Amino acid sequence: MSQADAVPATPRPIGWREFALLLAGLLIVTAPHALNAPWWLILLTVTLYVWRAAALWNRSLLPSRWILIVIVVLGTAGIWLEFRAIFGRLPGVMLLFMFSGLKLLESRDQRDAAAVVFLTWFLAITNFLYTQSIPTALGMCAAVATSIAALVTSAAPRRAPRANLRTAALLLGQAIPAALVLFLLFPRIQGPLWGLPQDSFAGVTGLSDTMAPGSLSQLSLSDAIAFRVEFKGQTPRRRVMYWRGPVLTDFDGRAWRLGYPNFAELEPPATGTSVAYTVLLEQHNRNWLFALERAASLPENARHLEDGQIVSLIPVRTRMRYEMVSKIEAEPRPAELRRVLERARRLPQDFNPRARALAEGWRAGAANDTEVLGRAIEHFRRERLQYTLEPALLGRDSVDEFLFVTREGFCEHFSSAFVFLMRAAGVPARVVTGYQGGDTNPVDGAYTVRQSDAHAWTEVYIGGNGWVRVDPTALSVPGRVDAGLARAVAVGDTLPLLLRPELEWLRTLRYNWEAMAHQWNLLVLGYNPDRQRELLSFFGIKDADWRDLASSLLALLGAFVLGLFAWMLRHMVRPDPVQVAWNEFCGKLGARGVPRSPHEGPRDYSERAARNLPAAGEPIRTIAELYITLRYGRHAAAEKVVELRQRVRELEFG
Amino acid sequence: MRIPSLSNLRFWPQLALWFQGGAAPGQGDVVISHRRVYIVPSRLGLYFGGTLAILLVGSINYALSLGFALTFLLAGMGLAAMVQTTRNLARLMVRVGRSEPVFAGDAARFRLEFANPGVHDRPEILVRHQSSGAQQTIDIAPADAAEAVLAVPADRRGWLPLGRVMLETRFPVGLFRAWSYAEPDSRCLVYPRPEASALPPLAPSDRAGGIRAHAQGSDDFSGLRGYQPSDSPRHVAWKSVARSDTLHPGSDDMLTKQFAGDAVAELWLDLGDLPASLGLETRLSRLTGWVLAAERAGAIYGLRLPGLRLEPGRGDAQRAACLEALALYQAP
Repeated sequence: MSQADAVPATPRPIGWREFALLLAGLLIVTAPHALNAPWWLILLTVTLYVWRAAALWNRSLLPSRWILIVIVVLGTAGIWLEFRAIFGRLPGVMLLFMFSGLKLLESRDQRDAAAVVFLTWFLAITNFLYTQSIPTALGMCAAVATSIAALVTSAAPRRAPRANLRTAALLLGQAIPAALVLFLLFPRIQGPLWGLPQDSFAGVTGLSDTMAPGSLSQLSLSDAIAFRVEFKGQTPRRRVMYWRGPVLTDFDGRAWRLGYPNFAELEPPATGTSVAYTVLLEQHNRNWLFALERAASLPENARHLEDGQIVSLIPVRTRMRYEMVSKIEAEPRPAELRRVLERARRLPQDFNPRARALAEGWRAGAANDTEVLGRAIEHFRRERLQYTLEPALLGRDSVDEFLFVTREGFCEHFSSAFVFLMRAAGVPARVVTGYQGGDTNPVDGAYTVRQSDAHAWTEVYIGGNGWVRVDPTALSVPGRVDAGLARAVAVGDTLPLLLRPELEWLRTLRYNWEAMAHQWNLLVLGYNPDRQRELLSFFGIKDADWRDLASSLLALLGAFVLGLFAWMLRHMVRPDPVQVAWNEFCGKLGARGVPRSPHEGPRDYSERAARNLPAAGEPIRTIAELYITLRYGRHAAAEKVVELRQRVRELEFG
Repeated sequence: MRIPSLSNLRFWPQLALWFQGGAAPGQGDVVISHRRVYIVPSRLGLYFGGTLAILLVGSINYALSLGFALTFLLAGMGLAAMVQTTRNLARLMVRVGRSEPVFAGDAARFRLEFANPGVHDRPEILVRHQSSGAQQTIDIAPADAAEAVLAVPADRRGWLPLGRVMLETRFPVGLFRAWSYAEPDSRCLVYPRPEASALPPLAPSDRAGGIRAHAQGSDDFSGLRGYQPSDSPRHVAWKSVARSDTLHPGSDDMLTKQFAGDAVAELWLDLGDLPASLGLETRLSRLTGWVLAAERAGAIYGLRLPGLRLEPGRGDAQRAACLEALALYQAP
């Protein structure tokens, strides 16, 4: 082997075709990054690409090492100035972006071409940090195909380009079964392996842990999917679809915040209609999970908080799938901790004097909390407050201004005002955020909840009864809950694009696309260690650990390689079994000192051998006759071939 | 890695054959069995492995499902490439072509024909002679053959066996290096290195080493022969000398006009005529030079070696017979 290694690999300069393929691959993987890159970096990288193309015409244009070093130093400094960092996701990707131009520029031979290809793969995978959608996947597949074509071209530059493309396609096609096996069975580890840069998960829309006037209405303009649900039975009615999320207990006069409650063991509700469903939650980088009110089960690795919130023990950094059972219209749980109730009565002093006065009036005229609540509900029904996506800006006493001055607002205004009034009247109350409603995708029947379905409602504690859900928005604007946002807002308000009634065709298109994307999310992107265990238990391997995975993986990959090899050799001429047996026969006789001379025919040879080896004379003659019959006779019967093989194998010389 | 139980398979001879690596080669031909194709990752392949490892770690760390998919697609491509690289050599048939005799000091040109029994082409196969390093890259079309000519330096007279030939390929992506060895039964006859020296002088006797002159005419020009120091300057073919680059007596370029009557001269080249002090190889070299000169001169010549006598004659067959006898005389 060491001797074989001594063969010098003659460096072959990069040709036009190879360069075109390398450049095409790089352009595909860098194009999405160009959206995030500063203009000067795009200019620099494109210049480097063009420079290399020009150098193909004129070799002398290839820059010296010193020029390259200067470009590296200046470019890196520029990226540092731009992002104030070199590590981290974005600056790192930008560095790779620049290096793609530099590496291409300094590429001279086959080995450099391979380096460019490897760099292309790195850049391809960095695109998945931003999106793993179907179009991105297709684009990166195209880039991989192009880069493999470049590798083949550089390995066989004299071959017809069409043949090289075919070889690249064949390689990719043959890679798919192995890739599938690896994807399904490679032991998956839940990342991250080390601390991730701060900006790893930036820019995700979703509910937040505070609610100030305007925060939810901003969210309601987004068509982005919050989560998708597959109901195991009947889809519940829309008006009971309250997807409970973060519970906001603390109020500072302007914004509502999480109360930071403790973990709690909550009894599942005893009454209500059972609904089982699967949620595929988009990443939102927070811990909370969403479930229909009221949850009767808990997903794995999730806990209840005292306020009934469900939180995952790890932040939802990737799309997460969980099974849930909820009880619709369950009786509330009467008992509640004193500490929790205490906190649900707290209000900052000297805010909203008019609202406070109104609530105190109710309190004075009511015998108990239930009556106070009744009066509040009646007030909201009667007042006919307007529902709008574009509420007027509010000042310091936001509740007063909403209730008595502007009289229009979004759900956060309604819920905030209602809880304030209840607390001012001494009744424990809290704001609950989450999503209300959603729509069924007619294509795949999955229920889709979007950011525009974000909602805020309230819970009021009635002694002896428990926490009761009150949706003040629904009290004033019943259409919001029954028919959705589009029907509830005043005509002329800006609606999210897809909620506009006139764009029916666009909606249909979107439904189809989202149904496909949903399957993609479930089957491809949602494939994780849990799904892997499920798959193996489906094949009868219970509680698979990494050893089971590794052994089945290796077995399947081995079978793949052998199968592929056999398949590829199937076109080769098959050795003639008659000739094989004859050669074996000649070999045996040769070992006994009677080798066949090239000029000898089978009959002469066997005659000579039989004379020289008289002990085996008879079998030798029989074999020769068989061979002659099979070789030169008219019929070659299969059983004769078997007989020949057998006789040759059993030939003994006494 | 012979699997004995498999070679005894009766009912599935094809499979057993496949595991054994196919048929035993016929006479002269060598088939590269796929079991004799060795494969290791090339340096580029090691970098490829490193790249995959980094892509995998990145995918785990950022929980990128598509990152896994991309990494595994590339890994699968690597496996497919490994099989294809092996396939590029497997079942290749090596046929031995004719190699023309050469003189020692020249390069023996071994011709090997590589037949591709498959339906796929086999590009970029490096054929390399193990001991001399002579190499050539060939591409073989499907169901076709390509010839490689290996110029192996021939230093000593006698039979020069080809010896081991290595076949190597990195096709299709350069990530793997597959190689195999073949030892085709090919040999090349190497004549002794010819010494450029004048033919022996004319001697009146009929002892070997002399020219038996039956008649000497100087009237009818019949052709040219190599110059001998004893030739009259008037008979030197000065026109032909003027055309050549060298001018010194005894050089092969200097020719003497021959006239009718010379034709019957018979030249005996005898090893015994040369002093033993010269050493065998030098004497054989000189005889080789004489054979060439005599043939060129159109003389009728015979060769005498101890235990061997080639009757006088001329022409390619005589020349070849003499040279072969000289090449193989007590061949080392």
